[in-house]
Amino acid sequence: MKDTGFNIDSIRNDFPILNSKVNGKQLVYLDNAATTQTPKVVIDSIVSYYSSLNSNIHRGAHYLSQKATEAYEQARKKFQKHLNAKSSNEIIFTSGTTHSINLVANGFINLLNSGDEIIVSHLEHHSNIVPWQMLCEKTGAIMRVIPMNEKGELVLSEYEKLLSNKTKVVFVNHVSNALGTINPIKEIIIKAHEFGAAVLIDGAQALPHFKADVIDLDVDFYVGSAHKIYGPTGVGILYGKEKWLNKIPPYQGGGEMIDEVTFEKTTYAKLPNKFEAGTPNIAGVIASGVAIDYINKIGFENIAKRETELLDYATKKLLEIDEIKIYGDSSNKTSVISFNIGSIHPYDIGSIIDNEGIAVRTGHHCAQPIMDYFNISGTIRISLSFYNTIEEIDSLINSIMVAKKMLS
Amino acid sequence: MTIEEIQNEIISEFDMFNDWTEKYEYIIDLGKSLPVIKTKYKTQENIIRGCQSKVWLYAENIDNKLIFTADSDAIITKGIIAILIRTFSNQSAEEIINAKTDFVEKIGLKEHLSQTRANGLSSMIKQIKLYAVAYSNK
Repeated sequence: MKDTGFNIDSIRNDFPILNSKVNGKQLVYLDNAATTQTPKVVIDSIVSYYSSLNSNIHRGAHYLSQKATEAYEQARKKFQKHLNAKSSNEIIFTSGTTHSINLVANGFINLLNSGDEIIVSHLEHHSNIVPWQMLCEKTGAIMRVIPMNEKGELVLSEYEKLLSNKTKVVFVNHVSNALGTINPIKEIIIKAHEFGAAVLIDGAQALPHFKADVIDLDVDFYVGSAHKIYGPTGVGILYGKEKWLNKIPPYQGGGEMIDEVTFEKTTYAKLPNKFEAGTPNIAGVIASGVAIDYINKIGFENIAKRETELLDYATKKLLEIDEIKIYGDSSNKTSVISFNIGSIHPYDIGSIIDNEGIAVRTGHHCAQPIMDYFNISGTIRISLSFYNTIEEIDSLINSIMVAKKMLS
Repeated sequence: MTIEEIQNEIISEFDMFNDWTEKYEYIIDLGKSLPVIKTKYKTQENIIRGCQSKVWLYAENIDNKLIFTADSDAIITKGIIAILIRTFSNQSAEEIINAKTDFVEKIGLKEHLSQTRANGLSSMIKQIKLYAVAYSNK
C-alpha cells in the first residue's frame, strides 16, 4: 500500500518534532491519543504572541490589551464556528477537558438531591468518572453505569433500562480513549432528553478525527482539549447551552468573572466571563484557534480517509503477529488500536520498543474499568494521526517482533 | 562485599554491552534469577504502587542483615528489582540507609528513574530504604 491522498511530506514538514531523534533513532510517534504534535504555525503563534502582543485581556485601555483581547475573542469565535454553537457565549475556555468536566459536575451540586441518579458509561476515562463520583458524595446522588460488550461497544438496550425520571445527568465519551470506539451519542442524547436529563459528551478523543455539530447533536455540554487537536497544552474547551451555563453557578471566583464586588456581595459577570476567573492562558487560546484553522485547512475528509487507511493497514499487520489480541473491534472506531501479545506485559514491550524510537502508550490508559472488563492490567495502545506513515507502522511491527523475541 | 563494591561490579558488567539489546537481554536474564518473594508475602500491603507493572517487595531481618525478596508481573521490572536486590540484600540497615544510588544512572537505567507514572524504580529504591529505616529503629 502506498501513501495516497495528500502530500504527506509537506504535512510532516509542518511538524518540527517529527524529524527528531530519540535514543539515537528516528522518532516514530504513535501516541497521538495522549497528545498530538504541534504544527509550526501553532508554535509560531505562541512565539509571536509573546513577541508582539503580550498583555492582559479584558481590562487595559491600552493598545496591546485591546489587540490581545481581540485575538483571544477571535479564537472563541473560531471554536463557536467549528462546533456550530449558536453564540460565542456558549464557548468557555478552561485548562483542559478534565477542568471542563469538573466545572460542569461542580455546577450540579445544588441541582441534585439525594436519590437522584446520574449515568456514566463503562468506557469512560477516569476524568469523566471521578468528578461525578465526587458530586455523588456531596449530593447523595447515585451513579449508574451503561455496560459494554466484548467488542468494546456500549449496550444501548441496557442504557434504556437505566433511564428514569430520577435521571438528571448522563455523561459519556464520544470516542473511547482506550479502545477508539465511537459511541452512538446522538441516540444517547435523544433518550436522555426524553427524561429531561442533561447530557455531557467528552469529545477529547473525537475532535482530532471529526467535527462535532452541537446543534445537530442537541447536546447540553461538549468538552475537549486543544492539545489533542494539534494545539498547545493547557487549553480546554467547554461548550454549554446558554440555558445551562446560566443555570449552573461559577466554578471559581476571582478577577474577570465578576460584575461588581463589595464585601457584602458580588454579582457575577455574564457569559462567557462568568466561568473564566483569573488571567486565562491567552497565548494558548489564541494558538488553539490557529490549530483549528490548521486542521480545517487539511480538511476532515482528508483526515478521515488517511487515518482509515493507516488504521486498516496497522490492524492487518498487527493481526499477522502470533498470539496478538486486539481489544475493541467495533466497526465504528477511530485510528486507535489497543492490544497485547500472549502473556507478555505491555510495559515490557513498551520499554523495549522505546529504545527503537517508537512512542506508544502502555498501561491502563486511565480507564481501569475497561481493563477490569477484559481482566487485564493494561494494553499497548497505538493511536495514529494523519501525519503518520505506512513506513512508521512497518517500523513498529519490526520493533514489536524484536521485543517479542527478546521477551519469550 | 560492600554495597559500593557490588555497585562498581554491576557498573563494569554493564560497561561491556555494545548496545541496548544486549543490556536489555541481560536485565531480562537477571529477572529470571530474582529471589522470589514467598506467596504468603505477596499481599496488597507489600505492593509498591506504580502505574504500569506490579511490584511486590518484602524484607526480613536475619542476623542483623536485611534480606529482600520480590516479584513483578513484568520481566524488565523483575530484572531491575533483581539488580537492586543484588545491591542491597544481605547488608545492614545502616549501610542501606547510607548507600548512594547514583549507580542506576551509570548503568543507563536513568530513564527508569524519571518521575513518570510508567515506572517504579525510584519507588523501589525508596521502599528498600524505608525498610532499612524501619528495621534500624527496632
